[in-house]
Amino acid sequence: MQSFSSLLLSLRSGFDSGFIYSSGVVWYFCRSCLQSDQLLTSHSLTQKREKASVQRGRGKKESAPNLLCGRLIIIEDIVTQIQDETDGVPIRTVKSFMTKIPSVVTGADIVQWLMKNLCMEDPAEAMHIGSLIAAQGYFFPISDHVLALKDDGTFYRFQAPYFWPSNCWEPENTDYAIYLCKRTMQNKTRLELADYEAENLARLQRAFARKWEFIYMQAEAQVKKKDKTERKILDSQERAFWDVHRPVPGCVNTTEMDIRKCRLLFAVSTNSDSCHLLFQILFLNTQLDRHCMKMSKVADSLIMYTEQYMEYDPLVTALEPANPWASDDPSFWDLEASKEPSQPRVKKWGFSLEEALKDPAGQELFLKFLESEFSSENLRFWLAVQDLKRMPQQEVAQRAQDIWTEFLAEGAPSSINLDSHSYERTSQNLKDPGRYSYEDAQDHIYKLMKSDSYTRFLRSNVYQDLLMAKKKQGRRTSLEKFTRSVVSVPLLGLHSFKLRIK
Amino acid sequence: MCKHYLYSILCISTSLCFKPFRCRSLPAQRKYMRSPPIPEMATQEVQLSETLAHLKTESDTLKGKLEEERAKLHDVELHQVAEKVEGLGQFVMKTRRTLKGHGNKVLCMDWCKDKRRIVSSSQDGKVIVWDAFTTNKEHAVTMPCTWVMACAYAPSGCAVACGGLDNKCSVYPLSLDKNENLAAKKKSVAMHTNYLSACSFTNSDMQVRLSRMGEDTCSSFVTALHHFFDLTELFKVFRHVLHDFMSLQGCDKKANVWDMRSGQCIQSFETHESDINSVRYYPSGDAFASGSDDATCRLYDLRADREVAIYSKESIIFGVSSVDFSLSGRLLFGGYNDYTINVWDVLKGTRVSILFGHENRVSTLRVSPDGTAFCTGSWDHTLRTWA
Repeated sequence: MQSFSSLLLSLRSGFDSGFIYSSGVVWYFCRSCLQSDQLLTSHSLTQKREKASVQRGRGKKESAPNLLCGRLIIIEDIVTQIQDETDGVPIRTVKSFMTKIPSVVTGADIVQWLMKNLCMEDPAEAMHIGSLIAAQGYFFPISDHVLALKDDGTFYRFQAPYFWPSNCWEPENTDYAIYLCKRTMQNKTRLELADYEAENLARLQRAFARKWEFIYMQAEAQVKKKDKTERKILDSQERAFWDVHRPVPGCVNTTEMDIRKCRLLFAVSTNSDSCHLLFQILFLNTQLDRHCMKMSKVADSLIMYTEQYMEYDPLVTALEPANPWASDDPSFWDLEASKEPSQPRVKKWGFSLEEALKDPAGQELFLKFLESEFSSENLRFWLAVQDLKRMPQQEVAQRAQDIWTEFLAEGAPSSINLDSHSYERTSQNLKDPGRYSYEDAQDHIYKLMKSDSYTRFLRSNVYQDLLMAKKKQGRRTSLEKFTRSVVSVPLLGLHSFKLRIK
Repeated sequence: MCKHYLYSILCISTSLCFKPFRCRSLPAQRKYMRSPPIPEMATQEVQLSETLAHLKTESDTLKGKLEEERAKLHDVELHQVAEKVEGLGQFVMKTRRTLKGHGNKVLCMDWCKDKRRIVSSSQDGKVIVWDAFTTNKEHAVTMPCTWVMACAYAPSGCAVACGGLDNKCSVYPLSLDKNENLAAKKKSVAMHTNYLSACSFTNSDMQVRLSRMGEDTCSSFVTALHHFFDLTELFKVFRHVLHDFMSLQGCDKKANVWDMRSGQCIQSFETHESDINSVRYYPSGDAFASGSDDATCRLYDLRADREVAIYSKESIIFGVSSVDFSLSGRLLFGGYNDYTINVWDVLKGTRVSILFGHENRVSTLRVSPDGTAFCTGSWDHTLRTWA
């Protein structure tokens, strides 16, 4: 990767483009421009920057800068806008004691600008986002290594675009060593190394013992006499660069990448392959034939579902007894695990057959009801098929056969009522028995149960009694309910599963 | 021209049924054709590129037509219909427990069905089982590799599955005997050539659904046997609670719905502007939400076959790493790369709350099985439970 040291050497150094701050003006240069001897002033900076990003191949290189945090391009837009002369923050030279501090802006100004332009009501949010942008390396406090934004008079300076993370820097330890060396050469107290930097320098000296002369020479070459203001600014920007790539211990290293995104660096786009296109055409044709619902119906359905379940949602409605996580009291869970289901839980079984079957107590009650009507074979078939889907592969074929003998064969002990079409298809499937051989049959039986047995169950005495009885009990206090239904458990986890395993 | 079509179609039918579907570049296609004499190659190149252009236009016109058809049914927006719904009150959600113990970034976590235990895995190769209510660590396993990117709790609570860069999924039975060496009892399901990016148990302890990175396949392992089906650029697969045969997958900018029984992609949604990092079903199973690097979360409905809501704000500029719904589906929680969690009102499309606390990006977020709390894991080495 390009070494930043070349920034300070001759312009004809052999890389394509960059920025130099010189004589109060930022110069943009690129190889082609050099050849034609053109240099631009900061006024045309934005236009040139756009051209530069196109030159960098922003279009096809989108994946690489996005790897770091996904949004560098957006952040760079924000940073460019914030430095805008008319709409941005006031960047000025500030007089302090005997010196002038060039090109700074206060933290409060940045926070205000962010709040206004990113539509935030809370300054805490603006400070948070600002700190993150700083941590990425786009601006920095002039007298601190820790990259965070404060909402006060602390001075900040913007980073040179040359040092922006989107240039895919991967600076090496030799560069870091040269930089630390340079710092030690300058006799200024404000440039003294921090503790962690001194440690790093010592470590690098040991690691690069043989190369050290070379590193020293590079450092010397870079410590050139330059205009004081220019020097100050460049120094601070360089230091901020290293604060991003070699952060203070304890600070977040924003250059860390998610390993899962690394593969994107090497991905080959296959979208224009003819195989892929043909596949897509086939897929799109099937999609055109699909029957879809209107948005208004969909919206109504979603709203209905959510409203129905909202009273059961602990994060939306306050619980009784209180949410264990907030109150540190697990009595809510003890109640749920008890043998007697609470009234809201019984009510939930009435929402849909699915809900009733999901809850082991509901499933038990439903089965008992069906047995009393001598029509339990449907539910038992459905449960058997659910079990089949979870069997280990070796046992699947045998179990499928067993289900056939038990429920579907001629003269089966618990014969279920299947229409001839599904019956045909199922017997076909069983020629090669698998996990999903009974899908059709199961669907059919489920619909039957839903429209027939389930509706009768909801009107039945067994269910209504439980529902009403709980309503009456509801007048008791939650404390009484708790003492009545508590069951002592050695391990909460195991107990709740005893309800499921039959 | 016809000859090329025919060969290409043959290509597809065989690869769909039997082999991993790899989008082959032109040279591989030629394997199916008799190698022609050299002067003809040039004209065939031209013909192939014409075919490609033709196919591309056909595909684009179909997409346009599909969009038109769907737009006809788009008579109203979800948030407009939701205006009649009561607004949510002020939310006070805070960190209730902080679990410290990992030595590096926490990459993945899963809840146990007993609503209080959690398994988490991290970059340092450790998989830890916690009782999140008491913050005690109950088990700790050291994997032989770093970057354990996926972990899951078995439905019975007696085992955990995990995997990552070691290219396989290991299932560890959890024993109450502290002295027992868990590592000795593990069962491994070997994978092919790439690392495991997500895993979850299906409804039983016997089956684990896995997804691999980089390979064009996703597999559902059922002890020894597996179903293969074909995808392009897989990213994550999440199992749906109610339907045990449908699978959601976010891959690049597309979200796909697969039928595991037939191996077919049933529906596909492409409206995100950047990679999708996480997909999760809405509790009823008729819709799902996705979170992406473009800093938005979107809600898609399967019956309407389109995107029905976008959850975004100008002030949110960092990507979403993971999303999950509350029990009723009224709230959508998103863990973002800017270290925060944003809570959205699913129906009205507004942000309800923003939660601070983590000191590095949130990598994983899951709501507990009974909806009483949600847990987040982060690159700051900790997990937090919020309620």
